[in-house]
Amino acid sequence: MIIRDESANANEADAGVSESGAPVPFRSGASGPIQEGSQRIGTLFILCAFSVAAASAIGFIFAYWTGSNHVLLGGTLALSLGGFGAGLVIWAHRLMNDEQVIEAREMLPSSPREREAVSKDFVAKHQVQRRKLLMGMSAGVLGTLAAAILSLLRSLGKPPGPALMATVWTRGQRLVSLEGNPVSVGTLQPGSTISVFPENQIGSENAQTVLVRVNEELLRLPKSRANWAPSGYLAYSRVCTHAGCTVGVYEAETCLLQCPCHQSTFDVLAAAQPTGGPAARPLPQLPLYADEDGNLRAGGDFSEPPGPGFWGMP
Amino acid sequence: MISRIADWFDSRLHLAKFARRALNHVFPDHWSFLLGEIALYSFVLLIATGIFLAMFFNASSASVVYHGSYKALEGVAVSAAYRSVLNISFEVAAGLLIRQMHHWASLVFVAAIVLHLARIFFTAAYRRPREINWIIGLTLLLLAIGNGFFGYSIGGDLLSGTGLRIAYSVLLSIPVIGPWLTFIFFGGTVPTGPAIPRMYAIHVFIIPAILTTLLTLHLGIIWRQKHTNYPGPGRTDRSIVGSRLWPSYAAKSFGLCFLVFAFIAALGALVQINPVWIYGPDNPAAVLPSAQPDWYLGWMEGALRLFPGVHLRLGNRLIPEIFFPGILLPALIFAFLYAYPFVDKWFVSRDDEPHNVLRLPYQQPFNTAFGCAAFVFLLALFFAGSDDVIAVASGGSVVAIRTILRVLVFVAPAVTAVLVFTACSIVRRRD
Repeated sequence: MIIRDESANANEADAGVSESGAPVPFRSGASGPIQEGSQRIGTLFILCAFSVAAASAIGFIFAYWTGSNHVLLGGTLALSLGGFGAGLVIWAHRLMNDEQVIEAREMLPSSPREREAVSKDFVAKHQVQRRKLLMGMSAGVLGTLAAAILSLLRSLGKPPGPALMATVWTRGQRLVSLEGNPVSVGTLQPGSTISVFPENQIGSENAQTVLVRVNEELLRLPKSRANWAPSGYLAYSRVCTHAGCTVGVYEAETCLLQCPCHQSTFDVLAAAQPTGGPAARPLPQLPLYADEDGNLRAGGDFSEPPGPGFWGMP
Repeated sequence: MISRIADWFDSRLHLAKFARRALNHVFPDHWSFLLGEIALYSFVLLIATGIFLAMFFNASSASVVYHGSYKALEGVAVSAAYRSVLNISFEVAAGLLIRQMHHWASLVFVAAIVLHLARIFFTAAYRRPREINWIIGLTLLLLAIGNGFFGYSIGGDLLSGTGLRIAYSVLLSIPVIGPWLTFIFFGGTVPTGPAIPRMYAIHVFIIPAILTTLLTLHLGIIWRQKHTNYPGPGRTDRSIVGSRLWPSYAAKSFGLCFLVFAFIAALGALVQINPVWIYGPDNPAAVLPSAQPDWYLGWMEGALRLFPGVHLRLGNRLIPEIFFPGILLPALIFAFLYAYPFVDKWFVSRDDEPHNVLRLPYQQPFNTAFGCAAFVFLLALFFAGSDDVIAVASGGSVVAIRTILRVLVFVAPAVTAVLVFTACSIVRRRD
């Protein structure tokens, strides 16, 4: 066995080649033959670890058959796996000759002759007439075939079309609560809020609406929306214009609606304009009116398409 | 006995020469070279636990009524997927343990990949001839992150529903093709509808198949090119120093495999993760307060929160505010990471020679400073992703914390870069 150390001839160490092509030993410092005593202690440790592993595996089987909870199951499993793993690592460190070896690296690029030979075999061996035409046609076939297969994607979803633009809200629809009760002018006190849906569309994802009642004098709606808020009732889309979460928190003191996902806030009094957080667009407003019985009804669909923004959003 | 089996195979396959080379394959020993192995072994455990879960999981968003041993949800309308997750957790023997191990394994998997990537970056192991493996490795990271997200998004709970609504909005925000992509993937305007079985197919079949293929390629290339060495006696670009595969390296690696399994089993046993029964079933009219994604998406969540409410109007077209932090930022980060070996070669070190000895962090002040700055940037975003939780815990206001983080996200990386660059340059000069 050849032992090399740092002072060994650099070229010899660099080469690191033995006659048989296998790596040759290389000594850099500490690694030496394993002491007899160390081996005996190592064996003892490994036996302990393996015993724990086997015992825990039996414990796992027992825990499983007696219907134990996940803590006992996982604990015994972890001990068993860990005992075996630790035993193997100790075995490698204490009882196996962990000698450092050195080896020359193979040069990765092929020699020019090898490259030339392969390119010759690839290109020139069997001269084919009209190769260019046929290669071009093959590319054409593959392209059209790919297009044919890709068109299957259409099965996954129809074109977005109008689905993103409108909701099921139409003029005259009654507002109902999650429980299905119609909402009337007397339902809310100023400063309170509930979620409402179009009648017969309870749970509709993009038509869900937050209804807030505020003190009428405080309203700062644009002139065009002056009659959208009968008796101080304001209705806005409940889907955040930022990332589509449900705008679920209402702070009555500041009259702000807040989205709990990214903390965008919207000013209820001023047509739900964003006042803080990452949202850029106001919550779309639902025009309201009260019928002769005092029931709140939609005056039409939302002022804008509800939900997060997209390329064609007006 | 072993010898007779070996002879049987060798007389049919001519294996002796190959086997001898394999047994003598040289692996350098260093703890930082084990990070990739930890990722590999967590992946093995992910597949094993995932197969068990697949026996019971039902990827359907159909509405059903829950009846079972979790009394708080008795008689509640939930999705079939959610009911099957509750059944795995409460009825199936060892189901909860395996579910928690699967989730923990995914977190360890991505963590090990990220640390492995950091080790590669800070030692410039991506240099020629290893650019291919850098690119494959980054792809593995992307797939791991994506599959983690798909995995915790199909359970039909309120947290997954919230995450899917955000993912839907991010995809929808892509200019021109966003609405099309969104409708192709989600099958309509409901984020938790047809996408559930689709994500399940992607989660258990498509991505694992690609991961396995790329992982095999990754390891094959490592085997072909052989591992890098840290600088040291005898280590040059034309030689390799380490221990032989057989027996001690193989035993250590095999042992590490079981230690990784044990670690994840212990986590699955002792540390609760993704308790979907506490979150409750998904409900489009509800939202989970203080919702947090899994750790590897925290920086994206933070970017969504920190980016100001500014969108772009182009005529009657819109680029929503969420596009910039949700699509553009991660796309730029990963594009830059993919290009980094070439950035280093063309602009930083101007060195296109093959290298097998690693650069130490202090020997490459620019790379190290840049890497540390990027880390601090992502860390600031990560904290921003939890700013509401930090506000509750610290008693501060979300607005104040967000303002501080909006400054820190730019200032802290710049300061870090200057400090690290100076420190590396000083050490290098003394060296």
